[in-house]
Amino acid sequence: MNLDWEFIVESLPLYGEAMWLTVRLALIAIALSLVLGLVFSLVLFYKVRGLSSIILAYIELSRNTPLLVQLFFLYYGLPKVGIHMSEFTCAVVGMTFLGGSYMTEAFRSGIEAVGRSQLESGLSIGLSKVQLARYVILPQALAISIPSLGANAIFLLKETSIVGAIALMDLMNVAKDLIGMHYKTAESLLLLVLAYLVLVLPLSLLLSWVERKVRHAEFGN
Amino acid sequence: MPNSGIEVLFEGSNFERLLGGLLVTIEISFVSIIIGTVLGIFMGLLRTVNSRPLRLVLRLYLEAFRIIPILVWLYVVHFSFSPMLDIDISGETTAILVFSLWGAAEIGDIVRGALESMPKHQVESGQALGLSSRQLFRHILIPQAVRRMLPGAINLATRMVKTTSLVVLIGVIEVVKIGQQIIELGVIKAPNASFWVYGFIFILYFLVCYPLSRLSRRFERKWQT
Amino acid sequence: MTKTGELLLEVQEVQKYFGDRQVLKGIDLQVERGEVIVILGPSGCGKSTLLRCLNGLEPVQGGHILYREQDLAGAEVNWRELRQHIGMVFQNYELFPHMTVLENILLGPLKVQKRERAEAVQQAQQLLERVGLLDRAQDYPRQLSGGQKQRIAIVRALCMNPDIILFDEVTASLDPEMVREVLDVILGLAKQGMTMIIVTHEMGFARSVGDRIVFMDQGQVCEMAPPEQFFTNPATERAQHFLNIFEYNKL
Repeated sequence: MNLDWEFIVESLPLYGEAMWLTVRLALIAIALSLVLGLVFSLVLFYKVRGLSSIILAYIELSRNTPLLVQLFFLYYGLPKVGIHMSEFTCAVVGMTFLGGSYMTEAFRSGIEAVGRSQLESGLSIGLSKVQLARYVILPQALAISIPSLGANAIFLLKETSIVGAIALMDLMNVAKDLIGMHYKTAESLLLLVLAYLVLVLPLSLLLSWVERKVRHAEFGN
Repeated sequence: MPNSGIEVLFEGSNFERLLGGLLVTIEISFVSIIIGTVLGIFMGLLRTVNSRPLRLVLRLYLEAFRIIPILVWLYVVHFSFSPMLDIDISGETTAILVFSLWGAAEIGDIVRGALESMPKHQVESGQALGLSSRQLFRHILIPQAVRRMLPGAINLATRMVKTTSLVVLIGVIEVVKIGQQIIELGVIKAPNASFWVYGFIFILYFLVCYPLSRLSRRFERKWQT
Repeated sequence: MTKTGELLLEVQEVQKYFGDRQVLKGIDLQVERGEVIVILGPSGCGKSTLLRCLNGLEPVQGGHILYREQDLAGAEVNWRELRQHIGMVFQNYELFPHMTVLENILLGPLKVQKRERAEAVQQAQQLLERVGLLDRAQDYPRQLSGGQKQRIAIVRALCMNPDIILFDEVTASLDPEMVREVLDVILGLAKQGMTMIIVTHEMGFARSVGDRIVFMDQGQVCEMAPPEQFFTNPATERAQHFLNIFEYNKL
């Protein structure tokens, strides 16, 4: 197969721009998901009445529906009831709706992994509930959660591939347009795959390195 | 609240059409899971074989699906293979091809995990009882392996059903596409249709995926050792 | 040993249920300042549960726990405040794994009692010196042996300057050669007049440290006696039986 290198070089800026969009979107969505997840997991930990059930319902809704349908609902459905958002905002909201539940679960399993007796030990020296979370639970839970938080971040980064469906000029749409306009199918797809490889592979390697580290350096009591 | 909009779901045969569309996505996941499982079992067995190059290749195969988004693979097959081979591959075939290969990779990993986590002394204590290797497989190894694999496999099925929503982007006529058609037809008569139609599809997916994830969690809890 | 006659803690008719199962069936116990009470009994007799009730880790369903003119069995108890006066040491040490030894000890004094850092550090160091672990102040719990961890856990409780310390089978998870170093620390505390309630299976230790032995069985106090009397001439059949089993274990 002969690749048109000139075309590839000329297309690079387009892919670069789209990658930047993906990175921006992913970073914002990951950050917001982390905040949401931390807050929600603490609400679940303290068993705040009412709020906890709402969060549990949200988790099920978010985890058991596809991002594409969530995005279509946000982008095409909500304006009909007077809620208008730009494409980018829609994508951020949709991905945070999705990521928030995954991050909540990751934090939650970290919190649950901190033993009950650690809580009692904290209580026995008179710590308040807030102090207990701050000094005893969260420092340990965060360390335990890091691998799954990282896996979720990578998952969200990959999910950005779907936002092209609501007319954002992301990597998928760049590739699609180039194929449509220039019939350079092989080149466009190659660049598409490479773009995701460049985005995801380093993170994936970093994560497996972190996972190995964490496994070998568990606190031990 | 949008009034005079929800009727669009029940007008004519809209309701049945949407359900039919959902069936298309479910079919694609179902067929892919079956093919993926068959291929995946082989792949999982191969991944425990004592050959470094073979294990490396299979590992790279799995990572290809873990690193590159599924939608990218759908695009790659959709846009490149049909003109290249000069055969017309339908969207459904593309989807089943990609999802089966993805399923094979993930099921392979689940099978490998289950096999590797099987404690050695289980085999030894079976042998000590005088079981033949066939009996060993039938009564000890397979039942335990299934327990280890089922939650993960059901989980994968849920993910696959969710991911099949993407096939609309490569031109498969499924539930989202039918939804779009309904919305377009009703643009004048039911201007609020997209709220109800997408809301309804959202609920449909939830109704399919929620029982699956409940099931997977139940097995996980039941067989936790 | 150093009984003062001042009543510090009084347990009256305490009842505790786990679901339908009654695990404490009306416990009465009076603790004087400076007294060392050792609770013995077969596993499942409710002795650890009683201790946990005294620290508010388990709610009680009946009776009274009187301390400083407060009823700890009531609904409106400020346990945060109370736990500063009633310390507890657990079977599995439960040091905080992400903090150094010194940070473990200082967490309560600094964050709960809001004491001056310099003053708290000074006390922590004195206490560490006393248990022979001053040189481990900057270590993490994972670097310590079980016996060392348990001694740190005792220091952590002591550094809050409590009125009473509750010891819940603190040597049960230790390797035999480490039991002694922990028991020595507790013996030292007894000599200084610390009020303590100790749940243990170490009979020899119970005999030498206790002012009074409380023998529990099936959620009740069966017998209460000075150690010499309890070990040489137990009054109840259940206590005799219990002691016999331990004789057997020694063989």
